[in-house]
Amino acid sequence: MTDTLVQDSARRLFADLVPPAVVNAAEAGTWPVELWDAVAEAGFPDALAASAETPGDLAGMADAAAILREAGRHAAPLPLAESMLARWLLAGAGIAAPEGPLTIAPVERREAFTLRRDGRLSGKATGVPWAAQSAGIVIVADGLVALIPPQAADIRAGESLAGDPRDDISVDAVGAAKPAAAGVDAALVYRLGALTRAVLIAGALDAVLKLTVQYANDRVQFGRPIGKFQAIQQQLAILAENVAASGVVADAAVAAAAGQGDLAFAVAVAKSRCGEAAGKVAEIAHQVHGAIGFTHEHRLHHLTRRLWSWRDEFGVESEWSIELGRLAASKGGDGLWPLLTAW
Amino acid sequence: MGEVFRFDPLSLPPECEILRREVRAFLAEERAAGAWGPSSDFAQSHSPEFSRRLGKRGWIGMTWPRKYGGQERSFLERYVVTEELLAAGAPVGAHWVADRQSGPLILRFGTESQRQEILPRIVSGECYFCIGMSEPDSGSDLASIRTKATPVAGGFAISGRKIWTSSAHKAHYMIALCRTSPATDKDRHQGLSQLVVDLKTPGLAIRPIKNLAGAQHFNEVVFDDVFVPSERMIGQPGDGWKQVTSELGYERSGPERFLSTFRLLAEFVRRAGPDPDEREAEAIGRFVAHLATLRRMSLSVAGMLQKGEMVNLEAAVVKDLGTNLEREIPEIVRLVAKRGRSPNRADLMEEALAAGVLNAPSYTIRGGTREILRGIVARGLGLR
Repeated sequence: MTDTLVQDSARRLFADLVPPAVVNAAEAGTWPVELWDAVAEAGFPDALAASAETPGDLAGMADAAAILREAGRHAAPLPLAESMLARWLLAGAGIAAPEGPLTIAPVERREAFTLRRDGRLSGKATGVPWAAQSAGIVIVADGLVALIPPQAADIRAGESLAGDPRDDISVDAVGAAKPAAAGVDAALVYRLGALTRAVLIAGALDAVLKLTVQYANDRVQFGRPIGKFQAIQQQLAILAENVAASGVVADAAVAAAAGQGDLAFAVAVAKSRCGEAAGKVAEIAHQVHGAIGFTHEHRLHHLTRRLWSWRDEFGVESEWSIELGRLAASKGGDGLWPLLTAW
Repeated sequence: MGEVFRFDPLSLPPECEILRREVRAFLAEERAAGAWGPSSDFAQSHSPEFSRRLGKRGWIGMTWPRKYGGQERSFLERYVVTEELLAAGAPVGAHWVADRQSGPLILRFGTESQRQEILPRIVSGECYFCIGMSEPDSGSDLASIRTKATPVAGGFAISGRKIWTSSAHKAHYMIALCRTSPATDKDRHQGLSQLVVDLKTPGLAIRPIKNLAGAQHFNEVVFDDVFVPSERMIGQPGDGWKQVTSELGYERSGPERFLSTFRLLAEFVRRAGPDPDEREAEAIGRFVAHLATLRRMSLSVAGMLQKGEMVNLEAAVVKDLGTNLEREIPEIVRLVAKRGRSPNRADLMEEALAAGVLNAPSYTIRGGTREILRGIVARGLGLR
């Protein structure tokens, strides 16, 4: 389904350029120049924009997701998902995208911007990824896509549980604004944001599984590797099952975005299920790793702190579950099964 | 470590959706006739009348060759029929084992005369099977069974005891796993064979065992020199273990491993109404997310089975996740649903809830316990 060439090149790039030192430095506030340049050079930020056959279509989602899955697997500290969505929005609206990393706002369901008749865009958004470091903030409001330079926004710096920038912004400025591509609105962007988080989570979960199995095979206690103990094996099985489930629903949501199936339903399922898996997997992985996994020196936390961040972003599990529950309730008791089989 | 599991995406082909509509129309007629009360737990129901009606439609043994009465439909088409029946709570219990397990076993490993004699009767919904595996001292450790089939003139004499045999008291045949030669130190899976036992044979006694829900589903079956003709052996003597384990992908990955409490969820949705409160909506939505995920995984395994691939590991994943969900549904519904039985009429949600709570322990035991499944997954991870 996904282009394996894209996936392979992403895998190699992130494996080479995201060693723990780069993640640590980024978390300490150093923008990963070399990594971003390589990612840009590879064309990854344009994965969605470049593949669109008609303005605003999501034909590039399979490639974009293959790249993001690898980014998640390596805990890449970059606004890559945000740049992909931003460049796709700009291309769909016919606005030239600036060089460099971009971000999008808002990232919370209840936040919105308004575009006034005089062309002024105003509003507030919290937790905007890499707003201060970005070359532009892309905002969808009232049927328009606007590009705001970060200098035009009032930015209060913050960070996620993973130490990635998450800034609060306040905008009251005039920017380049053009009508969004047909069918593109703030609700769709929010949904696609949730999809990127599900894919990033699925990638990070793959890596956590691998790390944890490796550790269980290497770490010897009571004269044998701890992975030989049934208590550990049973926990690792639960971990692995959740990883498998997340991969399946993340893939299904990506396929839905590319036109196979109901996108709204698929994303709600994926974000809810992957978010739940993120918590369970992180818990078990840390338990198996013991004290060493709780140190800053060990790299497990690069993945688990991102899992804890990503599960909260673009809607926690309960938010998406409530949406799904309301949908199911609207179909009634006899409509529940047809709802499940329609997907 | 490469990718541990394979869950290839699958879209059902158009013929499956046509078939789905036919099954739904059939079930709507059945419901209108009021012939049965719904239960989505495959083990909870037994209706020879329903099985015969299903057989008339060609929906039992539907993947088998036409010469044995089958329809030569795909495994995916069978999947669709099965999931529709379970979701509707149709009484599939009578023919369930014969259709899913015993018939395919006979088709794959049986002799031509076994196929001709037995398969057409299964297809018509008139011939039911039970599975004789567990014994009083052999549960999860199946290779330790002691029931013995000793060669005698013209066949075997079976002695021993089988237990937890679902529906033995209502079935016509048992496929009994027996020792035909002793295990060796090197290989305890050696020397096991499968025999088709007519449950009316002299020397065979079936004793009911009431379960905690007050129902009789399972039994103890005692063999005292029960004669079984040689032509009732399935496959070669000593091939029993290989045959038993070759079917695990089918037994553990199907919709029956996550739909046992589906009727309860549907009744909960009905009770919550079109405007559920936030707790109800969240609980329902979370179950929808889990069910949608499991159905994807289960369908993916079905697709791989259709292609003849080995899926025991993926099937173990589906069964562990699915049966845990089956157990969780009643636990959450009891906390979140608006409860209260109406005094004068049947309350389908409370009935389904009671059945779900009482039968929950069986979900994560039958067909391979949770712990055995997780052991299989751990082996797949390279830990054992």
